[in-house]
Amino acid sequence: MTRETTVKATEPSSGTGLGTEIRLAGVTKDYGLASPAVDDISLTIEPGEFMTLLGPSGSGKTTTLNLVAGFETLTAGTISLNGADVGNVPPHRRNLGMLFQNYALFPHMSVAQNVAYPLRERKAGKEEIARKVADVLELVQLTGRDGDYPSQLSGGQQQRVALARAIVFEPKALLLDEPLGALDRNLRSALQVEIRRIHREVGSTFVFVTHDQEEAMNLSDRIALFNNGHIEQIGTPQQLYTEPETLFTARFLGDSNVFELGQAALDEKVAQDGESWIVEPGTVAAHPGVRASSAIVVRPEDVEVAGSRDAVPSGANAVRATVRDVEYMGSYRTLLLAMGAGGLPGRARTSALRGEYAIGDTVVIWWWPRAQRIVAA
Amino acid sequence: MTSPTKIGQVKTVQVDTGPALSRRRYTKVDPIPWWLKVLGGLVVAFFVLPTLVVIPMSFSDATTFQFPPKGFSWRLYENFFTNPVWLDALGNSFLVATLTAVLATVVGTAAAVALSRLQGRTAQFVRTLLMVPIVAPAIVVAVAVYISFLRWQLTGTVTGYVLAHTAIAVPYMIVSVTGALGGFDPQLLKASASLGASPLRSFVRVTMPLISRGILTGAIFAFIVSFDEVVIALFLRSPTFQTMPVQMYNSVTVEIDPTISAASSLMVAAVTIIFILPQLRRGRRGRRQESHADDT
Ligand SMILES: Nc1ncnc2c1ncn2[C@@H]1O[C@H](COP(=O)(O)OP(=O)(O)OP(=O)(O)O)[C@@H](O)[C@H]1O
Ligand SMILES: [Mg+2]
Repeated sequence: MTRETTVKATEPSSGTGLGTEIRLAGVTKDYGLASPAVDDISLTIEPGEFMTLLGPSGSGKTTTLNLVAGFETLTAGTISLNGADVGNVPPHRRNLGMLFQNYALFPHMSVAQNVAYPLRERKAGKEEIARKVADVLELVQLTGRDGDYPSQLSGGQQQRVALARAIVFEPKALLLDEPLGALDRNLRSALQVEIRRIHREVGSTFVFVTHDQEEAMNLSDRIALFNNGHIEQIGTPQQLYTEPETLFTARFLGDSNVFELGQAALDEKVAQDGESWIVEPGTVAAHPGVRASSAIVVRPEDVEVAGSRDAVPSGANAVRATVRDVEYMGSYRTLLLAMGAGGLPGRARTSALRGEYAIGDTVVIWWWPRAQRIVAA
Repeated sequence: MTSPTKIGQVKTVQVDTGPALSRRRYTKVDPIPWWLKVLGGLVVAFFVLPTLVVIPMSFSDATTFQFPPKGFSWRLYENFFTNPVWLDALGNSFLVATLTAVLATVVGTAAAVALSRLQGRTAQFVRTLLMVPIVAPAIVVAVAVYISFLRWQLTGTVTGYVLAHTAIAVPYMIVSVTGALGGFDPQLLKASASLGASPLRSFVRVTMPLISRGILTGAIFAFIVSFDEVVIALFLRSPTFQTMPVQMYNSVTVEIDPTISAASSLMVAAVTIIFILPQLRRGRRGRRQESHADDT
């Protein structure tokens, strides 16, 4: 993973496309609004890695990408490509490919002319251009469309032309800002597969921005989860899903049942309460770093549903709940619940084999302590 | 996945007809009622007929103004093309108008592009300020130009005419280019930069081709603004340097020379041709794009 590449600071050269390390240190962008758009972000993207910047709208993903691309100037911090600080390098000399949500193809140029554009700017020879354009159009499965104009192509095809254009000059890395955002669902998943394949074949570093958690899970080697200008958590999709460190992460990725603890849980009083929920002594209060503001998070597929408290095995944590609705999903069904005395919304995944439940039933939801995560709020 | 092999075989050839296409579509959706067409025709007649009256008059063989014209002769045109005063004036006008169009194109395009990047109050203020030459009374502008040019010794010089005409032509240029830039996606410049093009290269390869119609329209307006301009020209004229409108003015007020109807007809013809030329050019370009023959 850690390949040594030496590149001059001012001119990231073409051709060293494979495996560029992108390092952000203390990166801040302040537009003078209430809070900085990007607030002291540090992030190292490994050579050849597929890194996704995921987060809700306005969390600073695009701003971060634009800082890397050079379209915005840093308020503070440094950005380096393969160890070379690019803070003062203008965008057109950073040698980074970029993909936009609205494709940004040049409407007055044919497919071939669009794809040849970066090669022309690099003064490539006629034959080299013809060869590379043909190769890359084959890679994105658009052979034979060279003469067409962007207006003659579908959205998916246009984005594939844009992709071809962005990789044909072997950039140091590819930056993708919600490239599939304008496409319908089927096309999205088809292009996701395509982007993954091209990432494998090209082997270059990809930085992918999206607010779609499913897309992020499907594509990424690692995800940096953005919230309000800072990074909430960085990790593999698996890590973010199974080991969320914060409530925000737990809630953003997948469905979760969340119990905010409060002082009572820390004092282990809840166990005696018995009315609505039971926490086994030692499974919460003993957790390192737990605070009154912490929360318990359990995934719907990790809970079991019992008809009464007596059916809950000892050593499990449990909560009383009312069934609000049942969603039939084919192979399984999801109970939508109102949990505990406060009627917290919750979900439990179950199947017909484990018993039928109807709207209005009172049940007890239980889970083994090892399935729960205790996260900071 | 859309299967690319199949699509690859379909060779639909479609020309980017731009606004023309959408205009046709509107017509289909919402047909124009007959009375609106008649009204339109009347308005056109009202504006165009007076101008066209000079054309039959220019072929008259009378020695004074007469309408309807009597007889037919090329005499007035002969007068025009054998009289060095008229020919010089025509040459001067073409020279000044061409230089004005060039200068206004450069200055106006640059200004419009710069303004399009500005936001907020300053930009609004500058935009308004640049429109002043259009709304200010021509005589006021002319007097101001005259006074300053006297001091700078620019009266009666080509430079003086070109500078003054550029000042009043630039606003038209800005309006035209700003309009074209309205439909221009600034994201294209980001794309271009990410692909390795410097800002100047991006302007030449992306911005300019996409706003060329606006630039061309503006340049034509600039040419015609200068070609038509009388008030400033009257102030700046010298015995040795006069433009067409000034010479025409002289010929009516001083000499009462019917040659003016030939001169007027030529002006009308020149202006009309200049307006129509770009339409022809557009047609050619459309066909060229269709054949996919070009390689730029
Ligand atoms: N040019 C700008 N001037 C002022 N504020 C800006 C500018 N660009 C972005 N912002 C602000 O910075 C914050 C982050 O914006 P950014 O576009 O990076 O979000 P994002 O994560 O990409 O969101 P989305 O998913 O909606 O694209 C927002 O609050 C936005 O209003
Ligand atoms: Mg964004």
